[in-house]
Amino acid sequence: MSNVPGDLKYTRDHEWARQEGGRMRVGITAYAQEQLGDVVFVELPKVGARVTAKQAFGVVESVKAVSDLFAPVTGEVVEANADLAHKPEIVNQDPYGKGWMIVVTPADAKQWEQLLSAAQYEEFLAQGGH
Amino acid sequence: MPYDNQPAYDRLVFELSSPGRMAFSLPESDVPVEPALAAVPEKYRRRQPAALPEVSELDVVRHYSRLSQMNYGIDTHFYPLGSCTMKYNPRINEDAARLAGFARLHPLAAEALSQGALQLMHELAGMLAEIAGMDAVSLQPAAGAQGELAGVLMIRAYHEARGEKRTKVLIPDSAHGTNPASTALAGYEVIEVKSDAEGQVDLGDLERHLAADVAAFMITVPNTLGNFEPRVTEIAELCHARGAQVYMDGANLNAILGLTRPGDLGFDVCHFNLHKTFTTPHGGGGPGAGPVGVKAHLEPFLPVPVVARREQTYVLDWKRPQSIGKLQAFWGNFGMHVRAYTYIRTMGADGLRAVSENAVLNANYVMKRLEQHYDVAAPGPCMHECVLSARKQKKLGVTAMDIAKRLLDLGFYAPSTYFPLIVEEALMIEPTETESKETLDAFCEAMIRIAREAETAPEAIHQAPVTTPVRRLDQTRAAREPNLRWRGQR
Amino acid sequence: MRYLPNTPQNQRAMLDAIGVRSVEDLLVKIPAKARLSRPLALPPALAESDLVRHLRGLAARNADADSFTCFLGAGAYDHYVPSPISHLVLRGEFLTAYTPYQPEASQGTLRTIYEYQTMIAELTGMDVANASIYDGGSSLAEAVLMAHAVNGRGEIALTGAVNPLYRRVVETYVDGPGLRLREVPAPAGVTDLDAARRVVGGKTAALVVQSPNFYGCLEDVTAAAEIAHAAGALLIVVSDPVNLGVLEAPGRQGADVVVGEGQGLGVPLGFGGPYLGVFAAKQDFVRRLPGRLVGATVDLDGARGFALTLQTREQHIRRAKATSNICTNVALCALMATIYLAILGKQGLVRVGELSTAKAHYAARRLAEVPGVTLRFPQPFFKEFTLKLPKSPERVAARLARQNILAGLPLKGLDRKHADCLLVAVTEKRTKDEIDAFADALGKAVA
Repeated sequence: MSNVPGDLKYTRDHEWARQEGGRMRVGITAYAQEQLGDVVFVELPKVGARVTAKQAFGVVESVKAVSDLFAPVTGEVVEANADLAHKPEIVNQDPYGKGWMIVVTPADAKQWEQLLSAAQYEEFLAQGGH
Repeated sequence: MPYDNQPAYDRLVFELSSPGRMAFSLPESDVPVEPALAAVPEKYRRRQPAALPEVSELDVVRHYSRLSQMNYGIDTHFYPLGSCTMKYNPRINEDAARLAGFARLHPLAAEALSQGALQLMHELAGMLAEIAGMDAVSLQPAAGAQGELAGVLMIRAYHEARGEKRTKVLIPDSAHGTNPASTALAGYEVIEVKSDAEGQVDLGDLERHLAADVAAFMITVPNTLGNFEPRVTEIAELCHARGAQVYMDGANLNAILGLTRPGDLGFDVCHFNLHKTFTTPHGGGGPGAGPVGVKAHLEPFLPVPVVARREQTYVLDWKRPQSIGKLQAFWGNFGMHVRAYTYIRTMGADGLRAVSENAVLNANYVMKRLEQHYDVAAPGPCMHECVLSARKQKKLGVTAMDIAKRLLDLGFYAPSTYFPLIVEEALMIEPTETESKETLDAFCEAMIRIAREAETAPEAIHQAPVTTPVRRLDQTRAAREPNLRWRGQR
Repeated sequence: MRYLPNTPQNQRAMLDAIGVRSVEDLLVKIPAKARLSRPLALPPALAESDLVRHLRGLAARNADADSFTCFLGAGAYDHYVPSPISHLVLRGEFLTAYTPYQPEASQGTLRTIYEYQTMIAELTGMDVANASIYDGGSSLAEAVLMAHAVNGRGEIALTGAVNPLYRRVVETYVDGPGLRLREVPAPAGVTDLDAARRVVGGKTAALVVQSPNFYGCLEDVTAAAEIAHAAGALLIVVSDPVNLGVLEAPGRQGADVVVGEGQGLGVPLGFGGPYLGVFAAKQDFVRRLPGRLVGATVDLDGARGFALTLQTREQHIRRAKATSNICTNVALCALMATIYLAILGKQGLVRVGELSTAKAHYAARRLAEVPGVTLRFPQPFFKEFTLKLPKSPERVAARLARQNILAGLPLKGLDRKHADCLLVAVTEKRTKDEIDAFADALGKAVA
């Protein structure tokens, strides 16, 4: 079973979110990067872009697969991980750490509550993850 | 490998270059050069010469001969690549295409000066229409994907001409990637329709999706699991009842020549892959040709120009106001038309029917011989190809890709792998009718050997291939750090 | 039948193994009512010798460039094709190989494509070239779609001097995404740059210029680039790579994308196809390119090897969201071009350009000396030019054809505004004698 840190929230599209003050850091889960295999490219929005919950904000690619990245919450992008442009492999190496993707200022703080808890996400994975 | 007495060859033509060498033969000018060059303004002239290689003619011939030896082709290996119809490419086709009257004919020579070429195109279009049960055929699309684009654009033009606004096209999840890509390019939203476990259309799901905004249903027959869709005529009737057109992807036409026809099955449009069914060579990825056939109600929308016959004369008919327009600058991949024409005239009606009968026989024979050793994706009988799943082998740590690589060492090209997407660890095998029982037996024995190795010595399979010019390649590195051109010394 | 090896004994043995009585038992899933109950109505099969005779008969009814002196161009040119090309591309390992999806068994094709990409990028002055598109027209259409995908803008500005056949292809391809085409006039035979400044603006995805253009005239690509870039649009240049031994690389004139017809690089005239769509672009667009790309990498032992790469752009992975629907391309024609460029090399391609422009200028002078015949556009040109004739160009061309001269293209069919014009192309293969004979014949035809 994949690593599912208890302090994060999750989506059914395999993104994680971490609360950092009023902001939220977003990445893909260990399970997601395992399914993709070696990540070769990540396309992220620019700082200042708006993202909408459950809608695609970027793309992550392996050699033979491509996957949309879905925003856990609606809000404005305040940071995007520039390191991923030249070192996409850190998504595989450290999905919950250096492999983060964007930081969002949520339009509505209550959105956090609607995301899956670690336990709920683990259960979702146990059921097949889709 | 026949060439293993040679040391590994690892040159690019640039690495053979030596300043001052030449391989070309051009005459001295018999008219003044300097005044002409002076008439080309300095700012339009190249300042830095293009860094092309400087090699002798033998350098060129030997280099490309040796590179060719690093390929598997149909001429050297059995090529059971599903969905690709890698059958023998007759040499007479190549002779025909190289006749000066065809190979050296300029596309804009006046109609009166290209009657033989136009006649050949007109007759080929007619023969393809008969084979598919269609009313008209355009030879212009350069490949299957362009045929699809043409077909979907014609469907769109048809609906628009009737004042109907339809925005969606339904495509099964087992379809070739070009189907959704071409459909999206034609401006439609693509809706995926589920297939059942045997790769057949889920009629319930289809019916649910068949709303008033659906322009067409696009389907491959036989389907990508190698099975004939038994309810195909029902499907066509259902679509027509809802005002949708039905498009047949003709990638698998090799299964049904002379047995049944897309037009008789109820299809409104179908494309042909001349590089599959009609023996034009694949050439390492092309050129092919993707003629598109339509029923009469779509004829006004065919790409221009249409090759037409006016009494004893053949003409290019441009006066077609409802046409979708042009897909290529000229008239299509004529060189491929010559080859396909030559093939059809070689085979005749009985020959083409025998093609499909033997293609079906060969595929079923392979499936039967392998069914004890690999899971079969859908129960038979299959048509011209069969799909196996290596899910049993995967549990032992051997994937479809591993099996493909091991086959290369055993002297065979690989089946298509991981397609269709709805089959886990898919191995799609299309033997074609031009292979003998002896070849099929040898291939089946290799497959059975690999199945055994998966149980007894999986690590050997993971090492494969070891007899090819290179071993498994680091594709992750190729994608992370794209190196798409030579930039001097390594 | 010589292509079908199964003997009746083989068939019997295979049917027995399968456990059915006949092939018919394998066809049971085809609905009975849709089975064809008669033989296909096709002409009878022909034995090889009879078929060859028949094909020769058809071929003989065409005015090919071996029997006629060819001054036709407009996107297809009678350039020199060195002998080794045909021999090498007929090697079965190249001719009968599939798309190189199994790289270990396809290194030959992969290496030739990598060489091709390198040569095209070098010639055009661009960072990357793809493995090919179908032809010049469809390459331009793909470039236009890519420009729209890059900047999301909805208009394409095409100059009136772009090959009208290419324009027709672009019109077809932009119908789906609903892009609007706007024409920049070229009344003097070259793009009206002031008009271009008015047409190109904030909605323009790309400006398209061709140089030398349809009329044979050289365009000021650098100025066009400034206009496009000032508006934040891309500049797409349609270029004939054979000319790029002598003419400046469009990449060094500001092009963002270079497309063109590569037929002149050793591909037969072949009545219009298969040809070679050249497509090259700046590095920024590498993940938006249509079509296949080959990259260098290493194998398990660290040896150099080549593989298709960045495949997530393509239809077999990205499906409806792919950068293009293209799958089959024209790899064998790209191989012809690669061998051509290896043979011509650094010096030869320059010579081809010099000879072509020398002969074209000589021809233009000789033909314009014919009373009543004038150069339609007083602009610098390269290997092709437009003549204005005092008599119907169709009739003149038909008359010259009786003397085995393909005089050029009467423009009426493709370009109604210039119905009194003839487009003449002159390659390095034409001799002074042939040009003189053309001038003499033209003189008699218009007298």
